[in-house]
Amino acid sequence: MALAKRIIPCLDVKNGQTVKGTNFVNLRQAGDPVELGKAYSDQGADELVYLDITASHEGRKTFTEMVRRVAAEISIPFTVGGGIGELSDVEQLLNAGADKVSVNSAAIRRPQLIDDITRHFGSQVCVVAIDAKETEEGWFCYLNGGRIRTERNLFDWAKEACDRGAGEILFTSMDHDGVKEGYANEALARLADELTIPVIASGGAGRKEHFRDAFLEGKSDAALAASVFHFGEIRIPELKAWLKAEGVNVRI
Amino acid sequence: MNVAIVKYNAGNIYSVVNALKRLGIEPELTDDAEKLAKADRVLFPGQGEAGSTMDYLREHKLDQLIRDLKQPVLGICVGQQLLCRHSEESDTDCLGIFDAEVKRFSPTRHEDKVPHMGWNTLSETHSALFKGFGQDEFVYFVHSYYVPVNPCTAAVTEYIVPFSAALHKDNFYATQFHPEKSGSVGERILKNFLDLTV
Repeated sequence: MALAKRIIPCLDVKNGQTVKGTNFVNLRQAGDPVELGKAYSDQGADELVYLDITASHEGRKTFTEMVRRVAAEISIPFTVGGGIGELSDVEQLLNAGADKVSVNSAAIRRPQLIDDITRHFGSQVCVVAIDAKETEEGWFCYLNGGRIRTERNLFDWAKEACDRGAGEILFTSMDHDGVKEGYANEALARLADELTIPVIASGGAGRKEHFRDAFLEGKSDAALAASVFHFGEIRIPELKAWLKAEGVNVRI
Repeated sequence: MNVAIVKYNAGNIYSVVNALKRLGIEPELTDDAEKLAKADRVLFPGQGEAGSTMDYLREHKLDQLIRDLKQPVLGICVGQQLLCRHSEESDTDCLGIFDAEVKRFSPTRHEDKVPHMGWNTLSETHSALFKGFGQDEFVYFVHSYYVPVNPCTAAVTEYIVPFSAALHKDNFYATQFHPEKSGSVGERILKNFLDLTV
């Protein structure tokens, strides 16, 4: 046996409720985040990601309270993110019981944040999330949930994040996200080849085959998905049994 | 049952506290010699760098105190490493319960990433910690240093090399993985530890 490929449900949280957008807009309600996380853990999810999608605009208090409840009730690792800009945000969330934090916009604006987090808390807690879109000139990173385009190239930025001590890269292809036609496997495979840290695929899961392809073609270490799990279109036990039969090493 | 967790400059121990609470135990986090000596069980979790944690343990005289414990003790992650003789991390002399040298993973293939992070399987389990275990049960790891297989090895996991996923000697038990983050399998391990007959 070897290190298992991970299946990670992602829960976007707004005002204490999980929501999921299609192409980053049109949010729909999808349940209580702690209950949902517990159900996923019982079904065999390997980790959970909670993103505070209101964090940039509103207070963090409700979210931190939710993190405390998740840590008390759930016995698998979980990552929290959304609007993390300062080391003090990281400290607050880790103290509430989160295992890892994901940083996105703030790290592109101030890359030193990655060095600061890893120096204080270790590489393993620092997930660098990157939202990117492919154009004719290549892949470009976006800020603020995909609202602002930057001139940073996906592969250059991922390499820099890795060199600065990031523990994992969570890459979301904005064009694939929400359309359920599969992950951006070419870009994922290139990231896997160029980086020395694990890559989490995000954006595009619609069918079981998409997970297999993200692992085998995209060489990802983990695959993240939201709505296919939240709306019961794919159930984790069936997904994992199928992946195992397809030759993917998963934890069952 | 009176369960104590050794209080020192280790990182995040909340998950260990939470895991024990889920099993109906209210652990006490303490560095008090008398309280630690009197506890029914002692947990020694760890996260962080070996050198600075050993310095802290020595400064606060916790090193000898831990060596002298007579009840079942469970070291977790860096806790397991600190219970060994020596660590390559910052060339650190450790507590010496287990006669083993802690080494850093040196990957030989690009796909072998360090830290070893995620779910991996246990084999060759032989300790009361794994009572009732089947083959290839998964537990959660996050570490860059490992304890080679040695006479105290109580479970083996393979990543780059086969290494000690768990150790056992006398009243000292240790796991390289995080039982507190290993779902229902981890809960069984913690429960087995609490249920040990002394």
